[in-house]
Amino acid sequence: MIQHVDNPIIEVHDLTVSYDKKPVLWNVDFTIPAGALVGIIGPNGAGKSTLIKAVMGLLPLSSGYTELFGQKLNDVRKRVSYVPQRESVDWDFPASVMDIALMGRYGQRGLFNRITAEDRSIARQALEQVHMLEFANRQIGQLSGGQQQRVFLARALAQQADLYFMDEPFAGVDAATEGAIIELLKELKSQGKTILVVHHDLQSAAEYFDWIVLLNTRLVASGPVKEVLTPTLLQETYGGKLSLLAQVGDIASSIGVGTRE
Amino acid sequence: MNSLSQFLSLSDANVRYVVIGCVLLGISSGLMGVYTLLRKRALIGDAIAHAVLPGICIAFMLSGVRNTWVLFAGAVVTGSLAVYLVDLITSRSRLKPDAATALVLSVFFGAGILLLTIIQSSGNAAQSGLDKFLFGKAAAMLPEDLWLFGVVLCLVVTVLLSGYKEFKLLAFDKGYAQSQGIPVKALEMVLSTLTVLTVATGIQAVGVVLMSSLLIAPAAASRYWTHRLSGMLVLSAIMATLGAYIGAFISYTKPGMPTGPWIVVVLSCITLASMLLAPNQGVLARYLQRRKHRNKILQENILKAFFHLGEKKNNQALAFEMEVLRQQRDMPVARLKSGLRQLVRHGSLLDTNEGYQLTRSGLEAATRVVRLHRLWELYLSRHLNIAPDHVHEDAEGIEHLITPELERELELLLDSPGIDPHDSQIPYTQKDRNR
Repeated sequence: MIQHVDNPIIEVHDLTVSYDKKPVLWNVDFTIPAGALVGIIGPNGAGKSTLIKAVMGLLPLSSGYTELFGQKLNDVRKRVSYVPQRESVDWDFPASVMDIALMGRYGQRGLFNRITAEDRSIARQALEQVHMLEFANRQIGQLSGGQQQRVFLARALAQQADLYFMDEPFAGVDAATEGAIIELLKELKSQGKTILVVHHDLQSAAEYFDWIVLLNTRLVASGPVKEVLTPTLLQETYGGKLSLLAQVGDIASSIGVGTRE
Repeated sequence: MNSLSQFLSLSDANVRYVVIGCVLLGISSGLMGVYTLLRKRALIGDAIAHAVLPGICIAFMLSGVRNTWVLFAGAVVTGSLAVYLVDLITSRSRLKPDAATALVLSVFFGAGILLLTIIQSSGNAAQSGLDKFLFGKAAAMLPEDLWLFGVVLCLVVTVLLSGYKEFKLLAFDKGYAQSQGIPVKALEMVLSTLTVLTVATGIQAVGVVLMSSLLIAPAAASRYWTHRLSGMLVLSAIMATLGAYIGAFISYTKPGMPTGPWIVVVLSCITLASMLLAPNQGVLARYLQRRKHRNKILQENILKAFFHLGEKKNNQALAFEMEVLRQQRDMPVARLKSGLRQLVRHGSLLDTNEGYQLTRSGLEAATRVVRLHRLWELYLSRHLNIAPDHVHEDAEGIEHLITPELERELELLLDSPGIDPHDSQIPYTQKDRNR
């Protein structure tokens, strides 16, 4: 079940991504309508994070291309925001909560330009939105996991983008933070923004998202939540990897050639 | 004291060169060290320092003269090559960064030592003193060395200032920086190049073997005193200056004392002192905090013993001798005495003729500890389904940790219960009820 849309805000075309010559995503091809709140769902090792890293241009592609707003990423960077996994950074870094939120303004302000009072007020607003303004001067090493996640969201909000990619924003956060985050995502959606969220709790997926991408090293389904979250498709996603794909990938890696000429 | 005033006034040209030179390159390495440390590349500094040696030797062999700028150029070339190779090996092979770093370090250093031996046996008169690069030759600094150090420092300061926010983001979250369109690769190259330049100048003073400590020690020390990147940069530069200055002075007081090693020793002392004395994160601060908590536990346990004794007699106004207390709760006499003294001093106990007696505030504190203990027992048995005979030990520890906020949350969750899993009353004083 792969439903394509006209005038997509994201087009992923025949995307293959490999680590050390071994494909971890095979020929992924889907489109996402504007204004959707999208859940990218699949088992561990399905390539969910790899997919959004590839779309954000952080990984080399073995094949295919992606377009955002019908353009190349480089032309629309200021309209796109990325929230990496919380564990991907060292929170012992010498910085305050406000410092991190301000980082969301660096790209918008441009290389080697100074941060302005306007940037500070935007960063403050972003912290307010995630209820972290009272911690603005707190050293980031003293935050709880949920608070760290909120700070990462504030940094993304400060970019004032139209399209958001979030890598596991619900991982390891408390129930209150999860609730606050989903409220925030729904509010962003109501403002016409598009949000893609890597998620792996099936229980809440139906409730949180209106569009689902099912992934397990290949695309299983992409479409409206009601049509995608069916027992058959879920079985196909979680029923184990296709062993032929995995075996061919292993061979390609051990010989040291890619799967493409 | 004569030597001190002579040193401080920098009247001796030789002293002047040494001090100014060490301070200049101290600041450069103090600043670059912060980024090296924050980017978790501390070992790379060591690899660069060792990789610089073959470059110096080759430059000397090709030119035949010991010119600062020529040797510096050679040092920069092999230093950069080392960084490039570490990255290449890490990305193209299965070796992890630490193994790649160790490999490059040893191969380059080995080549350097080999070349040095060849040069020394060549009989070229100009080569004398080239081996000083192993441990530094600060005492032989020349005006042209100072020019070189000055140029490198200016470059470091200018670049770090103009790209302050970009380098900060790069050091904290590279992936996010890249997603914003910041040229991560180019900026990393700039940082690596600056590090190589700094190291290549630094070995003039402290030598190949000790250079990495000049890079890392001030940065590591500064992290203990500040939570800001800007603060870290300033402090690291100040500490490096201090280390260079004091090290140069010590080596000045006694003839034959090497400058470089003394700088490193002083910097190590500064780092050690920071680890011990820094507020909050320092070893001493942590020790004091733990001791405070241990005393709190002791006091609360004694108060609890009073409460339990009073509870049995149904009268909390009774006085008890030490022996009675020890029968209620066994603990070493010395600990008990010290705890009782503390409690009397804090006004929780009265030392009367019949023994010790709870004051009003002592009773409130004792009631609170017993209450927290029983609330926690109830919470464990109700919400974690733990058998009533297994909850006591846990509660013994947790009762000393619960804050007033957590206490309120517990009460709310347990719906202001009256009795604990062992059918004991959960106690409240009049003051608690008025809350």
